[in-house]
Amino acid sequence: MTRIPSPPVAIPSSPVVLHRETLSNGLRVVLSPDQSAPVVAIGVHYDVGFRSEPQGRTGFAHLFEHLMFQGSESLEKLAHFRHVQSSGGTFNGSTHPDYTNYFEAVPSAALERALFIEADRMRAPRITAENLRNQVDVVKEEIRLNVLNRPYGGFPWITLPPVLYDTFPNAHNGYGDFSELEAATVDDCAAFFDVYYAPGNAVLTVSGDFQVDDAIELVHRHFDDVPARPVPARPSFAEPPPDRERRHRHLDSLAPLPALAIGYRLPDPTAGFEGYFAYEVLCAVLSDGDSSRLEQRLVHTDALVTDIGAHCGLFGAPLDARDPDTLTVTAMHPLSVDVNRVLEVIDEEIARLAADGPDPDELARITARWAATLFRENDRLVSRTMSIGAFELLHGRAELVAELPAMVAAVGAEHVANAAAALRPDSRAVLIVEPGTAGQEP
Amino acid sequence: MLHRSAEQIGRTELGPRPLPPLGLPRPPSPPPVADTMVDSGLRVIAVRRPAVPMVELRLEIPFGGSQPTHPARAELLAMTLLRGTPRRDRFAIDKVLAGVGADLSARVDPEYLSVSGSTLASGLDVVLDVLGDVLTSASYTTAEVARERDRLLERLTVTRSQPRVIAREALQRRRYGDHPFAREWPEADDVAVVTPAALRALHRRSVVPGGAVLVLVGDIVPARAVEAVASALSGWQSDHPAVGLAALPELTGADLQLVHRDSVQSQLRLSAQAVPRNHERYSALQVANLIFGGYFSSRWVENIREDKGYTYSAHCYFEFTRHGATLIADADTASEVTAAALLETRYELGRIAIMPPEDSEVDSARHYAIGSLTIATSSQRGLASYLATLATLGLDLDWLLTHPARLQAVTTGEVAEAAAEFFAPSRFTGVVVGDAKRLADPLAALGGVELP
Repeated sequence: MTRIPSPPVAIPSSPVVLHRETLSNGLRVVLSPDQSAPVVAIGVHYDVGFRSEPQGRTGFAHLFEHLMFQGSESLEKLAHFRHVQSSGGTFNGSTHPDYTNYFEAVPSAALERALFIEADRMRAPRITAENLRNQVDVVKEEIRLNVLNRPYGGFPWITLPPVLYDTFPNAHNGYGDFSELEAATVDDCAAFFDVYYAPGNAVLTVSGDFQVDDAIELVHRHFDDVPARPVPARPSFAEPPPDRERRHRHLDSLAPLPALAIGYRLPDPTAGFEGYFAYEVLCAVLSDGDSSRLEQRLVHTDALVTDIGAHCGLFGAPLDARDPDTLTVTAMHPLSVDVNRVLEVIDEEIARLAADGPDPDELARITARWAATLFRENDRLVSRTMSIGAFELLHGRAELVAELPAMVAAVGAEHVANAAAALRPDSRAVLIVEPGTAGQEP
Repeated sequence: MLHRSAEQIGRTELGPRPLPPLGLPRPPSPPPVADTMVDSGLRVIAVRRPAVPMVELRLEIPFGGSQPTHPARAELLAMTLLRGTPRRDRFAIDKVLAGVGADLSARVDPEYLSVSGSTLASGLDVVLDVLGDVLTSASYTTAEVARERDRLLERLTVTRSQPRVIAREALQRRRYGDHPFAREWPEADDVAVVTPAALRALHRRSVVPGGAVLVLVGDIVPARAVEAVASALSGWQSDHPAVGLAALPELTGADLQLVHRDSVQSQLRLSAQAVPRNHERYSALQVANLIFGGYFSSRWVENIREDKGYTYSAHCYFEFTRHGATLIADADTASEVTAAALLETRYELGRIAIMPPEDSEVDSARHYAIGSLTIATSSQRGLASYLATLATLGLDLDWLLTHPARLQAVTTGEVAEAAAEFFAPSRFTGVVVGDAKRLADPLAALGGVELP
């Protein structure tokens, strides 16, 4: 293995304390005490995302996330929001390819109340036709806001997967078609909840200002009598990587400039985090900062693109999905530049890295900046809580929240070169976004 | 597969359970701080918050300009300020920052030039050295300016195709006409003719320490951090202070303006004059705003989202400037329900203006204001950004620490008075941006809307 030279500064460690507990109903609990501010955050991660929603019900996992805020046995409609906020707290939820998460951040005095609220909807959510219709309308407004009424809407997370993948779970639009959202029934919701929202299919994370023994007692008090239900077998979403380059042109009537997204397949993280992190470092070598390879060459030296970026995962967070997952390179460029020229130069830079690997100095810089970014992210209690929950749920390893800097530091030049060599032009998806509407060529 | 019905899922044998009470509150402990003016006239605020081995940095320089070409020059200056000095070119700056786990970026708005960033605590001296270098010697080379000029022109076309930007520019014109505050994005024609010499002149005139503030929050010893700043930025001097934005006119009520855009969703943007954080009635108005539309449990959100499904997000918030504040009520809604959403918005404005809120509404909003402030300022970056904003208003950490007590003291009567004065629908002006072909008739029927 190549010896990594020390970066200009020593990378400090920032430990995160973790305790685990599993309840008799199967709920996995991770506690992470930290008394640095009088705040606690609790997160619940359910092991179901939009890859698991049924055919004919695109967008259902996200729609169901909305319904989990619409009340439960002890909480009328609107009570969930009112109780969290009148306790001084904030809340949200989000739907990912492989999981759905919910959180509350509250002053530490409201810890028990937040646990009560999460337990109540895990045990007995109120699913009504009226709330379903209301939230279908709200979700349609969300889709208009984020996709239909803006340029580059859903680029690339909705538009790239159908080019790279063949199967419904991996290729379909996780926000959903309006007609399929409208077709959702109360009974669909009941079936989805009963199968996927079992306590044994979830991870509860509690972090912040509490004593571990007190928090464990409160967790038992509120979650112990959520009845156990069978945990669904987790399907494999595996499909073979593309055996050629797949290209697709997408016309965007609101977009003023062309854009490009390239999708490559990432290695399965269960085969070893080392292999995965080589790609994470590769992305940083390619596009993190002015001195990165693609920024320097395409933005500044050759002046081909306005902006460019490379990321592991469709949402830019590492290890946020199970296999198969996507490495994306996105760029926006002026109309005067031929997209094939952009692709050619990206390929040249990737080939150069595959042949020569990164410089030791480049790796040292990435190690330092990566550690700093992670510390900064973890300093926000909600971010740290959601990372702990996602890492525990997807990878059985909440410890990753503190281990990532060392994993990045352990990546050597030859690992990055091998990762670059695997980004093959004959096994990728290329999505080309052009300004214009069908029938009106630009 | 067999599953329970929704009715069965929503019921347990035990039935509904009582909400647990709140525990005893633990107020945040005040962190060690140094807040001082160094020789150059730069105010330095350093706060110790060592939860992670990082330091957050925020520099705010008043950066007003009255000429129509100012936004183009200011924007290009912000894009090239960190892109080279005689000591280091663009790439060398990025490399030296990355080497210590640091990032710096610059942005500009009509009021301030802001440089913000973060670093591993051990790299603070390196970051301050880079900062001192660019503040005293940024090069604005011909090649860098030419390249960033082209990128800015490309980015501007993308920026101005975003519905929220189109709505913001329409709102600013409606509220402030030709005032420089309304010029948030430069005009392409002005960008195309900016020269390196013009940027160097603007830098000499306006990138100056007098009146500026630098906030550092993180794993630092405050007094030592101030010394490090004083030493690293000792070369940053000027014989004149920074110039802020000209005072804004008070907003007065007016019809909303319908602005056409081919679209499936409309932007509602209503705005009225408010009072700033240092005003004695601010806390009462802050609570009144939360009750109206400032958080999810507000009347406006519960009405147009949770009851009627007209919008994904409705939000009413304060916009603070150096000399004042306004309220902006902001919602995006499908064309077919835009007029209905406006009708409900006016109803809720009128309702809070003429009928006093319940005590329970005031208590809920008050607790949210206190709790969410604690949460937002519990991270290094949250605290740094909050202190930088306070500092531009002439306020300090003490204001932040004493604000919960002011919120505790607000009475329902004071909230009702503030709501009656500031939320009267007749005080609002604003815009509706959307498909005029579909919106003109229903909006004309409602009245109070100027059609295109």
